[in-house]
Amino acid sequence: MTREALLESRGISKSFFGIRALANVDFEVRAGEIHALLGENGAGKSTLVKILTGAYRRDAGTIALEGRPVSPRDVGEAQDLGIGTVYQEVNLLENLTVAENLYLGRQPRRFGLIDRRRMEREAKALLAGYGLHLDVGESLSHYSVAVRQIIAIARAADLSGKVLFLDEPTASLDAREVDLVFGILRELRSRGLGIVIITHFLDQVYAIADRVTVLRNGERVGCRAIADLPKRDLIGMMLGRELDEETHHRAEISAEAAHAPAPIRFRDFGKRGSVAPFDLDARPGEVVGIAGLLGSGRSETAFLLFGIDRADSGHLEIDGREVPLASPPEAVKLGFGFCPEDRKTDGIIADLSVRENIILALQARRGWAKPLSPREQAEIARKYIRALDIRPPVAERPIKFLSGGNQQKVILARWLATDPRFLILDEPTRGIDIGAHAEIIRLIEQLCAEGMALVVISSELEELVAYSHRVVVLSDRRHVRELRGAEISTQSIMAAMAADPEESAA
Amino acid sequence: MSARAPLIRARNLPFAATVVIFLAAYAFCVAQFPNMLSTRVAGNLLTDNAFLGIAAVGMTFVILSGGIDLSIGSVIAFTSVFVAVLVRAGVHPAAAFALALAVSTLFGAAMGLMIHGLSMPPFVVTLAGMFLARGAAFLISTESVPISHPFLDQLTGLYYLLPGKGRLTFLGLLMLGVFLLGSLVAGRTRFGANVYALGGGIQSAELMGVPIRRTTIQLYALSGFLAGLAGLAYTLYTSAGYSLATVGVELDAIAAVVVGGTLLTGGSGLVAGTFFGLMIQGLIQTYIVFDGTLSSWWTKIVVGLLLFLFIVLRRVILLFHERTGRSTDQRAFAGG
Repeated sequence: MTREALLESRGISKSFFGIRALANVDFEVRAGEIHALLGENGAGKSTLVKILTGAYRRDAGTIALEGRPVSPRDVGEAQDLGIGTVYQEVNLLENLTVAENLYLGRQPRRFGLIDRRRMEREAKALLAGYGLHLDVGESLSHYSVAVRQIIAIARAADLSGKVLFLDEPTASLDAREVDLVFGILRELRSRGLGIVIITHFLDQVYAIADRVTVLRNGERVGCRAIADLPKRDLIGMMLGRELDEETHHRAEISAEAAHAPAPIRFRDFGKRGSVAPFDLDARPGEVVGIAGLLGSGRSETAFLLFGIDRADSGHLEIDGREVPLASPPEAVKLGFGFCPEDRKTDGIIADLSVRENIILALQARRGWAKPLSPREQAEIARKYIRALDIRPPVAERPIKFLSGGNQQKVILARWLATDPRFLILDEPTRGIDIGAHAEIIRLIEQLCAEGMALVVISSELEELVAYSHRVVVLSDRRHVRELRGAEISTQSIMAAMAADPEESAA
Repeated sequence: MSARAPLIRARNLPFAATVVIFLAAYAFCVAQFPNMLSTRVAGNLLTDNAFLGIAAVGMTFVILSGGIDLSIGSVIAFTSVFVAVLVRAGVHPAAAFALALAVSTLFGAAMGLMIHGLSMPPFVVTLAGMFLARGAAFLISTESVPISHPFLDQLTGLYYLLPGKGRLTFLGLLMLGVFLLGSLVAGRTRFGANVYALGGGIQSAELMGVPIRRTTIQLYALSGFLAGLAGLAYTLYTSAGYSLATVGVELDAIAAVVVGGTLLTGGSGLVAGTFFGLMIQGLIQTYIVFDGTLSSWWTKIVVGLLLFLFIVLRRVILLFHERTGRSTDQRAFAGG
C-alpha cells in the first residue's frame, strides 16, 4: 500500500516493576482506515493504547503523528495533538446535560460567562451530523448506553479529529445499537480519521475493520489486511499456535460411563445478554473443558453454573430431580464449588490467614450458627496444606503474602474442604509460575480420578487437551461445539472457534 | 423533528418541589397569622438568616462537587473572634475584615490541597479543619468579645426601606448578592461546570480533562471565603465575637442545601434551591415565634422530616427516570 501512516509508532517498549508489558512493538494507523487491535488478556493492548494516548510514558520507542515526532505527556496533551480516546466504560458524566458533556472544558463564552444557548445550538448541530436528534439540554442519564457511546465518540472526534482510539466500544450494546455505532465509525472513516478499535468480537472485526494488528505477550505478532486473513489464521495469531501443531489427547472415560445418564444435568441453561441456552452434563470422574476466546462467554457460563448469575431459561437436574439454582449459597448446598478467574478480587480475602481462607466455604455451608471449633479449623488447614503442598506451610500467615500459585491452592483447598461433587475452575493456571502450573494440573487429574465432576475453563488449549474428557467450545456467547475423546486437539478446538455460529448451529 | 424540551426537567424536580413547599408553607403561615405577609417579616427573615445563607452557598458548591465541608461553623466562630479581637486592639474594621477573609480563604485552600494531594475524603480533612479552627478561636479568646466601632454601626445601620416599613438591611442585601453571584458562578462559568463534573465522578471528570487539582483547591477556598464572610456577617449581626458560637451551623447549612433540592452525593442541584431551603427553615422559626407556645425545637423536627422527604423524593425521581429513559431514546433515532 502506498498510503502514508497517520500515526506511526516504532519499537515501543514498556515494563512495570521489571515485568515486561510491551517489547519493541510497531504499530501504525492510516488516515481513513479502521484498524482493529487484537489480543488475549494480558497481550498488551491497553498498555499500547495508553502509551499512544498519553496515559502512560513509554520506556523506549518513537511515536510520529503525520510524520512529526510526538510525545504526549498526558491525555489532554494527546487530545490537543489530535489523538482522542473513548474508553470502555463510557467516560462521560451522567449528571450533566448532553451539551455540557460535549463541551465540558471548552464551552463557548460571552462576556466571560458560558453562552448556554449557543452551546446547545452547537451541540444539536454536532449530533445532527451523526443522525442523532435529541434534546441536548436533558441529562445524559436520560439516554441509553448506545446514545451515550455515540455522544462520547462525537465528543472525542470533535475534540481531537485525527486519530481515535475506541476501547471495546460495543461491549454493552445489542446488535441494532452496534450497527448504529458502526455507521458512525464508517462516517468518521470517510472524513479521513484514523480509527483504532480494540474489541474481542471477531465477527465485528470482520464487519468493520480494514486492517488488524495482533499482539501477544507484549509483542506484535503481525499486521494484516482483514480481507485476506481467514478467521482461523487470525485466531491462530491470537492464541499463538500453529494450526498444524500436533497435540495428543490423553483421557477418555469408559463407554458405559459416558452413556449412563449424568447425575448433574443442566438443560437449556442460559441468560439473555449473557450466554445462549446450553446443555451441559457433568459426570463423576470426568473433566469438561471449556474453551473460547476472551468474551465468548466462558466466565459467564461459570457464573450461571454456580448460580452467581441467575439463569432465565432452562433447569438443573441432579440425580434425576429438578432442583432450583438461584444463588451461590444454593449451589454450595448442592455440593458445587467454584474457583473464580480473578483470585485477587473474587477469590481470596487478602488480610485473612490461610486457615481462615480455607475454612470459609465449609463454614458458610454449615451456617454461621454452628462455628467450627479452633481445633477443627486447625486440623482442616493442616490437612490441606499438606495435601496440596501449600508453601510456606504456615496456617496463620495472611494469604496476601503467598505466591499466586499457592493462593490458588488455598482457594482450591477451600472448596475441597466442603467435599464438593462438582467443582468449577475458571482459569486455574492463570498468572502462576511454571512449577505450580504443573502441580495444579496434576491436582485436577487427581481430583478427577477420585471421582469428582469437574468443569475447567482455560485459555491454554494444550492444557485443556491434556486433561479434558470433553471440551465445550464457546463462540460469540454460545456453546457452538462439543468435542469428545479423540476429537479433542488444539486444532479442532480452534477450528470450532472460527466456524460461523450459524453453520455450527445447523 | 427533534424532541421538545419539557417544562420542568427531571433533574430540576427537587428544586421545583422546594419552591412549592416554600410557597405552601408561607401560605399556611399567612392563613394562621395574616401579619406574616409583610415586608417586615420578609426583611427580618433575610437579616436573621444572612450568615447561615452565605455559608450555605459555599456548602452548596462543596456538596455539588460530591464533597462536604464540616469546618464552616468553626471558621465562622474563628473569624468573629479574630475580627473582634483585632478591632478591640485598634485595627480598623475594614482592615480586620480583609485580613479575616484572607485567613479563612487560605484555610479553605489548604484543606482543598490536602483533600486532593493526599486523596483523603473531604469528610476527614474538614473534620480536622473543624477542630483546628475551633481550637484556634479558643486560643484567641474564650470570652465573648463585644465590639463597637462607628464603621460597624454605619454598616449595620444601612438599610433600604421597603414599602410596608420592612427593612432590607445590609446583611440581607449581602446574602442576596452572594446567592445571586453564586448562582451565576455555578451555572454560567467553567469553574461551575467543573464543580458539577466533579460531582458526577472524579475519574470521568479527569478523563474529560477537568483540572481536578485546581478545581478542588478553588472549591474549598471558595467555601472558606464564604465561611469567613459569614463570620463577618455574624459579627455584625451580634456585634461580638465568641469562640463558642455557631456550633453545628455546618449541619444547618447542609440541611438548607439538601432541602433546597441538591443531591447530597453531588452532581445535581441549584444554588437558588439552597435559598429556598434556607427560607423554609427561617419560616418555621418565624412561625414558632408568632405562635409563642411551641418549643423552638420544632424547627429541628420539621427540618428532619423535610430531609427525609427529599431523600425519598430523589429515589422516586430516579425510579421514574429509569422507566421513561428508554422511550425518549427511541424518539431520538426516529427523528434522524
